[in-house]
Amino acid sequence: MRKTPFIKKSLLLIFASLSFISSPLVQASDEVNVYSYRQAFLVKPLFNKFTEQTGVKVNVIFAKKGMAERLAREGKHSPADILLTTDISRLIELHDRDLLQAYRSKALLDNIPSQYRAKDNSWYALTTRVRNIYSAKHLGAINFNYEDLADSKYKGKICTRSGKHAYNIALVASMIAEHGKAETLVWLEKFKANLARKPQGNDRGQVQAIHQNLCDISLGNSYYFGKMLTNEKQKVWTDAVYINFPNQENRGAHVNISGMGMAKYAPNKKNAQALMEFLITKDAQKLYAETNMEYPVRTDVMPSKLVASWGNFKADSLPLETIAKHRKEALKLIDKAKFDL
Amino acid sequence: MLLASFGSSSHLFSHLWQTVLPDYIINTLLLGVLVVCLSLAFGIFSAAFIVHTNVFSKKFLRWLLLLPLAMPAYLVAYLYTDMFDYAGPIQRILRGWFGWQSPEDYWFFDIRTLPGAAIVISLVLFPYVYMLARTAFEQQDQTLLRAGRLLGLTTKQSFFKLALPLARPAIAVSASLVLMETLADFATVNYFAVNTLTTAIYDTWLGYGELATANALASILMLIIFFVVVAEQRARVGQSHQSNRPNQHIEIIKLSFIQQFFVSGFCWCLVLAGFLFPFILLVIMAIEYSDLAQLTKLITPSINSLEVSFYAATIATTLALLFSLYRRLSINKWRILPITVAGFGYAVPGTVLAMALLATFGPLDHYMNDLAEHFQLNPPGLVLSGTIFAIVFAFVVRFAAIANGTISSGIEQIPHSIDHAPASLGVGLGGMLSKVHLPILKPSILVAWLLVFVESMKELPAALLLRPFNFETLSIQIYQLISDEILEQGALSAILIVLLGLVPIIWLNRSKELT
Repeated sequence: MRKTPFIKKSLLLIFASLSFISSPLVQASDEVNVYSYRQAFLVKPLFNKFTEQTGVKVNVIFAKKGMAERLAREGKHSPADILLTTDISRLIELHDRDLLQAYRSKALLDNIPSQYRAKDNSWYALTTRVRNIYSAKHLGAINFNYEDLADSKYKGKICTRSGKHAYNIALVASMIAEHGKAETLVWLEKFKANLARKPQGNDRGQVQAIHQNLCDISLGNSYYFGKMLTNEKQKVWTDAVYINFPNQENRGAHVNISGMGMAKYAPNKKNAQALMEFLITKDAQKLYAETNMEYPVRTDVMPSKLVASWGNFKADSLPLETIAKHRKEALKLIDKAKFDL
Repeated sequence: MLLASFGSSSHLFSHLWQTVLPDYIINTLLLGVLVVCLSLAFGIFSAAFIVHTNVFSKKFLRWLLLLPLAMPAYLVAYLYTDMFDYAGPIQRILRGWFGWQSPEDYWFFDIRTLPGAAIVISLVLFPYVYMLARTAFEQQDQTLLRAGRLLGLTTKQSFFKLALPLARPAIAVSASLVLMETLADFATVNYFAVNTLTTAIYDTWLGYGELATANALASILMLIIFFVVVAEQRARVGQSHQSNRPNQHIEIIKLSFIQQFFVSGFCWCLVLAGFLFPFILLVIMAIEYSDLAQLTKLITPSINSLEVSFYAATIATTLALLFSLYRRLSINKWRILPITVAGFGYAVPGTVLAMALLATFGPLDHYMNDLAEHFQLNPPGLVLSGTIFAIVFAFVVRFAAIANGTISSGIEQIPHSIDHAPASLGVGLGGMLSKVHLPILKPSILVAWLLVFVESMKELPAALLLRPFNFETLSIQIYQLISDEILEQGALSAILIVLLGLVPIIWLNRSKELT
């Protein structure tokens, strides 16, 4: 009987000192914590605006590899409220590992087209981006399909980043959805045979290579075009290329998203809901899409002038969940074709 | 990690084996062998020249050759691939001069290849070999070399037959550090578009979502290293050399003019390629793209970097000292175990290590919180896995091998007779250690501390994954900018990492000169 208070006292002491160490972790009620796959500087302006409007402070950690793992390990003690990601596969991974909770909100459902959100409301897209084809200007205006990457007339003329980059895996997954596994493997092998050099570098590097006459065709996300145009040094690279929206006469261009979801054990649920709804407001959509030169997911919000100047396009209407389903298979095919080697 | 690799998928493994894994393994082995050979060549020769010849500007070269250590490998890789790429400035200028139009018009080496990667990695890793070899050469018993000379060996013979074999323990330690660092690397080889076993580890984990299989692959990687290190140790069983005549006069070979040209040219090329050239590129970028306002933003990350690295270096060095002394003075037959086990963290890729730590501390944190709730106390939160504790712990685990290697090769140089002398004079263990061993070991302790500190400043993947909210280090800042494909704006942070890493190198060098 006499022992218990002593144990309790010493435990109290231990925990008091522990909470002293961990004081930055203890949550004040007017905060919301974000785990972000997106760079901090892309989301900061938006969060500042949110804080201005609501007085809720936003804490952010940016990381890519292992974010889901960290969240899973933290379990119910995780401080995370909101997860911001790029690429559909990461949202699906979070969903499949049961790290998200559904949030049904009229504002979200009304404004986000159904192909860009989860059936069970566990995740929502915020912006979309196209996997474009960049082509050398001397080729003139071309009508390009992703299937043409395997056309032997482009032998030695194509540049791309690693086949195993998330953006390319998603594209291959969409090819599987359209053509099946066997045909996609053949396409990958021919595509590989057309490469001017081993897959390397990033999307901008491929445009630079076209500018230097190393190749004529490259794959790249839409927003990189805008980012290069606004970068003093890289602007000259874009002078050499046209940006093309592929498959306009059939299924449409492959589109990926950046999105959000609420963490399963979000400690600041109210604030998290407020932040999610804020991110889909017209103002936030405009600002968010503009900072990274993407397309707002809301159809009633126009992209920035620069992005709009690349023209309207038809997007592949394949639900993103289908693309995500073929992801692992896509990666296996890329290994099989030894695309990167 | 080993535990976690149970339950790995044999299906995925066989898929990898049938497709890309054999290529990855060949690449990994080739890369390891090439980097170790090149680093040894760079490090041993430069160390020998500095210690045994009157090479031009020796006083500067002595510490300049250490500077590449302060350069993060991923940064140098980024700069070099950018520079020598087809679209890079060097080839552009050449095309401009000679009027070449396309790659068919001329030949230029392709930087994004395995040899390209090996050369660049060696350029930043060779200082390990240089540093340990130089210390070994300087502390060697010079009378042995003189005796060899009297028996008719030429200078060359006496170096290869005496000095080099005598320095073998130190060189072996440094070579295994270089090997481990190379095999654990992901970011650098990624820039070079070279696929290695770490590529497979990342693919299985992030691409296929099979952490268990990824852990199994990482364990294979560690096994390879384990066998190499053990084989090397076996090969030198029975060889031992201890010097009890330190600080004697070292004979200096006078070089002829032509020799002087080649020898100093060799050393300066290393300094230039491993440090000065990339550093100048960074400075040019910083001047072009940065302003003073950016500098103020770097204060907090700098303090964070320094703080974490300071803790990591101090803890790792203390532990290494304890382990080494235990191994030396204990008669327990398992005495070698702690230091050997502690050494393998270096071979684990930072991200994989971070995962393993989350797996360890996560449940502990949960247990503590549950306990707190049980006693109706305020739950402390994720104190272990969600604070800088985790980062420091990761750094200590990852860089323990460096501290251990440096200190134990220092201890090996102390003759065993010294262990017994104080005891026979009636001095206790504590007195012996503080009066005899620690003063002798002081240079090794400083070197160990410095190496861990510099490595921690540069470390990226573990810090990125384990950090708490709003906690940024310099390397994290650089990573964010590189991953958005605008390194230019990160040039200032990069320069800061390098400069902060230089401070202890220079300070250490000065304090060594004084003693």
